[in-house]
Amino acid sequence: MAELLQVSNLSVTFPGSSGRVTVVDDISFTMQAGEVLSLVGESGCGKSLTALAIMRLVPKPGRIETASRIRLEGQELMDLAVPDMRRVRGEQIAMIFQEPMSALNPVQAVGPQVVEALRLHERITSREARARVEELFERVGIPDPRKRFESYPHQLSGGLKQRVMIAMAVSMRPRLLIADEPTTALDVTVQAQIIELLRELQSTLGTSVLLITHDLGVVNELADRVLMMYAGRTIEAGLREQILSRPRHPYTHGLLRSIPARAARGQRLAEISGVVPSPEHWPSGCRFAPRCSERLEVCTKQVPESLELDATHSVCCHAVAASLAEGAP
Amino acid sequence: MVWLSNGAVVVVLALASLAGIAVRRNPLWHDAMRRLARRRPITLMALSVFGLIALLDSVCWVGGETGPGSGDAVAAYEARSLLDRWFEPESFRERSYSAPFAAEEFYGAAPLEHPGEHWLGTDVLGRDVFFLTLKGFRVALLIGGFTSLIVIPIALAFGIAAGYFGGRVDDAVFFLISTLASIPSLLLLIALIMVLGRGTTQVCIALGITSWVSLARLVRAETFRLRELDYVEAARALGVSEFQIILRHILPNLAHLVVITFVLLFSSMVLAETILAYLGVGVDGSWGQMIDRAKDEFSRDPVVWWNLSAASAALFALLLSVNLLGDALRDVLDPRTLREL
Amino acid sequence: MWAYVVRRLLYGFITVLGVLFLLFLLFFTVANPEDIARKAVGEKASPEVYAQWLENHGYDRPLFVNPEYPTSSLARYTDTLLASHYHDMLTFDFGRSDADDTPISARLREGALPSLLLTFPVFLGGLLFSIALSLLIALFRDTYIDRMAVVLCVAAMSIATLLYIIFGQFLIGKVLRWFPISGFSGDPAVVWRFLALPVMIGILASLGPDIRFYRTIFLEEAHRDYVRTARAKGCGEGSLMANHILRNAMLPILTRVVTTIPFLFVGSLLSENFFGIPGLGALTVEAINGNDFSTLRTMVYIGALLFIGAQILTDVTYTIADPRVRLG
Repeated sequence: MAELLQVSNLSVTFPGSSGRVTVVDDISFTMQAGEVLSLVGESGCGKSLTALAIMRLVPKPGRIETASRIRLEGQELMDLAVPDMRRVRGEQIAMIFQEPMSALNPVQAVGPQVVEALRLHERITSREARARVEELFERVGIPDPRKRFESYPHQLSGGLKQRVMIAMAVSMRPRLLIADEPTTALDVTVQAQIIELLRELQSTLGTSVLLITHDLGVVNELADRVLMMYAGRTIEAGLREQILSRPRHPYTHGLLRSIPARAARGQRLAEISGVVPSPEHWPSGCRFAPRCSERLEVCTKQVPESLELDATHSVCCHAVAASLAEGAP
Repeated sequence: MVWLSNGAVVVVLALASLAGIAVRRNPLWHDAMRRLARRRPITLMALSVFGLIALLDSVCWVGGETGPGSGDAVAAYEARSLLDRWFEPESFRERSYSAPFAAEEFYGAAPLEHPGEHWLGTDVLGRDVFFLTLKGFRVALLIGGFTSLIVIPIALAFGIAAGYFGGRVDDAVFFLISTLASIPSLLLLIALIMVLGRGTTQVCIALGITSWVSLARLVRAETFRLRELDYVEAARALGVSEFQIILRHILPNLAHLVVITFVLLFSSMVLAETILAYLGVGVDGSWGQMIDRAKDEFSRDPVVWWNLSAASAALFALLLSVNLLGDALRDVLDPRTLREL
Repeated sequence: MWAYVVRRLLYGFITVLGVLFLLFLLFFTVANPEDIARKAVGEKASPEVYAQWLENHGYDRPLFVNPEYPTSSLARYTDTLLASHYHDMLTFDFGRSDADDTPISARLREGALPSLLLTFPVFLGGLLFSIALSLLIALFRDTYIDRMAVVLCVAAMSIATLLYIIFGQFLIGKVLRWFPISGFSGDPAVVWRFLALPVMIGILASLGPDIRFYRTIFLEEAHRDYVRTARAKGCGEGSLMANHILRNAMLPILTRVVTTIPFLFVGSLLSENFFGIPGLGALTVEAINGNDFSTLRTMVYIGALLFIGAQILTDVTYTIADPRVRLG
């Protein structure tokens, strides 16, 4: 598989009461063409900002630090001029947002909103565009596309709105589709349909998907590989099976044990004590250390290095490193 | 007048210290005020100076020396404020116009009695402009402050009643509000003053009647929202009396609205008074009146500019401070619901 | 939707009735006809002159109930000041001025055109300038330019209208001598020279608060999710402003614009007087100085009528402009 996206040393900072606060801290990962990579973490861990940073849409006063490198099919996005970057958005990278309710323009019918996405990148007549959009609507499972073209967002259900968002996102057949919690705001039954739609589109269009979620169920359904994030840093990366069945980082471990469906009936659910600290209060050393059950002395002092467990699985944890060091000799 | 003025000082100081204690006790407000102080230190300082000037002009008593050479028998029997005593306006007079720091009269070239001592010159009657300008602070604060004393209780009573009880009460209050609001405020203001008669109290009452509506409307909408909140519902379900709910749960949540509206109303009322002054129905001693009187001097040749400039600058300084304070308060207390003001 | 329009019109009418009652309270009970008559004919006039004046101006009837008629008669309530006040105002029969006996309607007709000539350009120019400038400022959000602009707006808001007029007249009329200081002419070819100065000052005075308001609206819209979506599909800042933000901001802007329409009528109270334009504002000022209660009453009524009409218009346009309201 060819390398599609290469993110290296990505940092995003926001101004705080005492200097700039690093909210996404030195993240690096790669994505292969046609792959579904899932970015998993609790809310506030920086996963959505990572996605916005790839599109260079970090909201002001946030800033992508200059050392960050984002390479899409060999092209360095960080060096692009603003108009060139605009051409990349929607055409090569498209995005689906969490809240279909507010992500669509309330005073414009949904059809024209998708038409706009097409006509920003392609010189076609409005009649052609309309035909294409109706086709797209059909494709993403919107019933009666001709009529829905004229509908306003408030007239559609959440699921239909999300389908419109998806139609808008795939309208230019982008190389990379970023889906930021695409099912979180929807009803459970609708969630399943949207996941099914995403899976189907992904396999037929061959688009790579960067799936951002905190829902490990969705990960299990869609992801090829998983990247775990905690407090602005990646802590573990691996294939889906590796992460879901053989997690090594204590945080991943804890997260998996707290899923109700996995625990035996009548047994108390495991929980991770404490809460995610806010970026201004991130501890030095390993950021998970204060909540970690396997904390060592070194954890609070030193940032753990990434440790390659095998060709696909890596983890950043002192405890894992220590247990490996014990076992090795 | 002596007891009225001094009584008002006592009441204002008492209210201010009560408000200070309340703010200190409530961590949210305490924090908001700290942020406010950090954002607008100069504005707050300027406003305290203005307040102090007004205070100096409010504390008054009868008697005492009227100053050498004044020969004014009446002044000895009138209440004079600290500011009056300091300037001794009766003996600090010239015969007519003089420019700032001048040694002789502007038009007559006759020597002044106090050469070089009138920092901002004198007006047509020879009164010191700096003194008159300082006296304007008390009038301006009176226009804004006294009116707010009328406005806030009325607006709160009507707004809460309408928003909390709904139904018929709301219909009636809403009708009253929409009727009053559908008369352009300046016209209503003029009509009220024409009908009530001219004078400081009348102007303040008229300003109060025209401006309670906007606050009442905000209070009504916010009460409406608060009433539906879970904790209010819960309190009702527990059998807490309506009065207690309003006192404990509704009123405290309206405080920020009241504070911000008060500040914004203040500047709009002082502005409205300048228009009234131009129309000849303003408050005695206000900057609006000074400006109105000085506007013709501005077309004299050579120009008598200091009267107009002094009053304009003082008016601008006060309004700017108040508006900047209002702006910061809005950001600190509530960035959302108040954009319309 | 038509049902809504009818309901809105009906409520508007009820509000007009309320306004009329308020006016009655103010001008007939708080300031009663005797006071008005005494001010008009003077304190020393003979009782006959005084009674004659009351009769001439239709003030010689009881306020609410006329005891001359039997209790069963309807005229007991219709032959009163309250009833005739409602009747006259609702049929636009404004009567004569309390001060100089000229018919009020004629003076209103005379004054309407000069007032419109002054206020309409101020309204339109102010709207265009302030929307354009605030869009520009919104493009520079979170920069020093934006912060400077806000402080400038607050400063501009702190200057009284009176001062705008005095200093504007002095600077442009006297120092620069671009336009005549004051005056008016019925000749369309000349009149713009007289209007230019008050219009310029009027626009300038309105910029501060308007720009600040529109900027807040635009910024609020700029932070919404749909804007992020538009950016994500590759929208540029310009088309983002024009196609998405401006279109959504139209609704609050509309509300604001319509509420300023009645000020077209009275907003020029000061400048008409200053610049010698014989409009409705000048008429109002004259009425104040001459204790002319009937003219003033009429002006307040007309101002309120315009305002209520404008409010109904806003509400109806709102339902057309916003699909969420229009389509339910």
